[in-house]
Amino acid sequence: MAALDIQKTYKIFIGGKFPRTESGRFYPIRNGKDELIANMCLASRKDFKNAVVAARKAQVGWANKTAYNRSQILYRLAEMLQSREASFASELEALGLSKKKSSAEVEKAIDTLVYYAGWCDKYSAIFSSVNPTATAHFNFSVHEPMELIAAVAPESSPLFGLVSTIAPIIAGGNSIVLLASEKLPTSAMSFAEVIQNSDVPAGVVNILTGSMDELLPHMSSHMDVNGLLVARPGVDDSIHETLVQNVKRLKDWSETWEDQGPYKILDFQELKTTWHPVQSSAASGGGY
Amino acid sequence: MNAKQLMSGFKVVPVDQMGINDRIARIKSRSIKKEAKIQGLKMALNMIDLTTLEGADTPNKVRQMCYKAMHPMDQLKGAPSVAAVCVFPSLVGVAKEALGDSSVKVAAVATYFPSGQTTREIKLQETQYAIDEGADEIDMVISRKEFLKGNYTYVLEEIIAINELCKKHDRRLKVILETGELGALDQVRKAADIALLANPDFIKTSTGKIGQAANMQVTLVMLQAIWDHYQRTGIQVGMKPAGGISDAKTALHYLMMVKEVLGEEWLSNQWFRFGASRLANDVLMQLKKQETGAYQSAPYFSKD
Repeated sequence: MAALDIQKTYKIFIGGKFPRTESGRFYPIRNGKDELIANMCLASRKDFKNAVVAARKAQVGWANKTAYNRSQILYRLAEMLQSREASFASELEALGLSKKKSSAEVEKAIDTLVYYAGWCDKYSAIFSSVNPTATAHFNFSVHEPMELIAAVAPESSPLFGLVSTIAPIIAGGNSIVLLASEKLPTSAMSFAEVIQNSDVPAGVVNILTGSMDELLPHMSSHMDVNGLLVARPGVDDSIHETLVQNVKRLKDWSETWEDQGPYKILDFQELKTTWHPVQSSAASGGGY
Repeated sequence: MNAKQLMSGFKVVPVDQMGINDRIARIKSRSIKKEAKIQGLKMALNMIDLTTLEGADTPNKVRQMCYKAMHPMDQLKGAPSVAAVCVFPSLVGVAKEALGDSSVKVAAVATYFPSGQTTREIKLQETQYAIDEGADEIDMVISRKEFLKGNYTYVLEEIIAINELCKKHDRRLKVILETGELGALDQVRKAADIALLANPDFIKTSTGKIGQAANMQVTLVMLQAIWDHYQRTGIQVGMKPAGGISDAKTALHYLMMVKEVLGEEWLSNQWFRFGASRLANDVLMQLKKQETGAYQSAPYFSKD
């Protein structure tokens, strides 16, 4: 008996749940032979707003987890992705990617997750500093997450590109609202299932599908978004006028999203410097 | 008529829970266009009883809240002040002084808020104390103990006694049913009907001190009770949902519900209030969003 051909309904991922877009809109995804692969949610500005609310709520708890625990959770993501390697590869092939490129996408995505899992509890040890002072002060600088990052994932690399955008941002204790590849979005929503299964707290990662042209103005103007990452070309310079409203940081990874490294984490960290008078700490009994 | 006589003709009105849910679903699915939304948001802001009812309340915290009540956000054009501040009786004096001659009223919770578990004598004393301190409005709690025992006459007697004291000093009374402790919607309707027999100025859903506070279901049931009371007696009674209403969108849904069930006459802070501490900022954020087009962020708005 032939199995039923059950089509997957792709929705969006907000606050650990899979709602449909509130707008009720969708757009079709076709492969090279013009066959319909799926209908995707065309996310609206209100979906983005809802995702920001969820991301804001989740961020503090995520940043307050120990770096070691964040590392474990990122590693868990890699485990879960690897266990579904074959299904991700065939999903990518359905979009028209070659067999080789599809399996490379999944492998590189897994490697990237393991890579940033390793960095979670190390970057701050490497990049923080004790600073020289001319007075009797103990002065040190540490990195802290910028908190809430909106991001546009690369267009051409549906899974590896997606993971390269998410991993360094959440490794640093931020939460993220991310717009997946517009033309190749299916694996992004399947990756949301991996996230949901991997002890990543609900709301730390939120994934939307839709149009960058439509959502980017809202990403840049939203006052509760602290940083904006765009890993796709075509960002207009006028965007800076809205970014400045809440001094949002903009990072353009359109050329560099493939390069991995701890500096990717630092792109969305703030450096916080603290002074402690040495005498008073000595007077209090040398507690540290 | 005394409480016993009033209760003798008391009829229990059953509540159609499915009907209530259906009507609320329809109200919630309605869209509101920009101009109406701005008007509604300003109206909602003007109906808020900005509330702090904590053991940790200090005079300075109350002063700060009073300032926020008078000046929710000065740079926002046309943002009205809130309706009242709601505090414990011992802080009424502080609030009164801080508010000066502004239009913002001072409401005091009395009658052994939030539990109401004490003698009538003490409840009257506390009410008198709040009045003496200068409270414009008294928020009393009904005795849920007696209500749940079935001693409805006692409950009504008590409301009448407190109401008389308030009326003697020309103060307005809100009667808190604490619907979260009453159980089913039928019980809410019953408690509302009993409270309405005393003709208070407002009936109010909750203290905000227990998990289950105001929701649209109980509010709709109470609004219907107010409407029926108005039809019967011609006396207008106000409504105050309190607790758990923290976002502007929900507040607009409540306003639509009031307009539908009771009509325009209730759409002012004379007859409708929100008891809330977080709602004001969300309304301000939405108003600012309407002005600038950008979604807003909590850290840019003052905490009360």
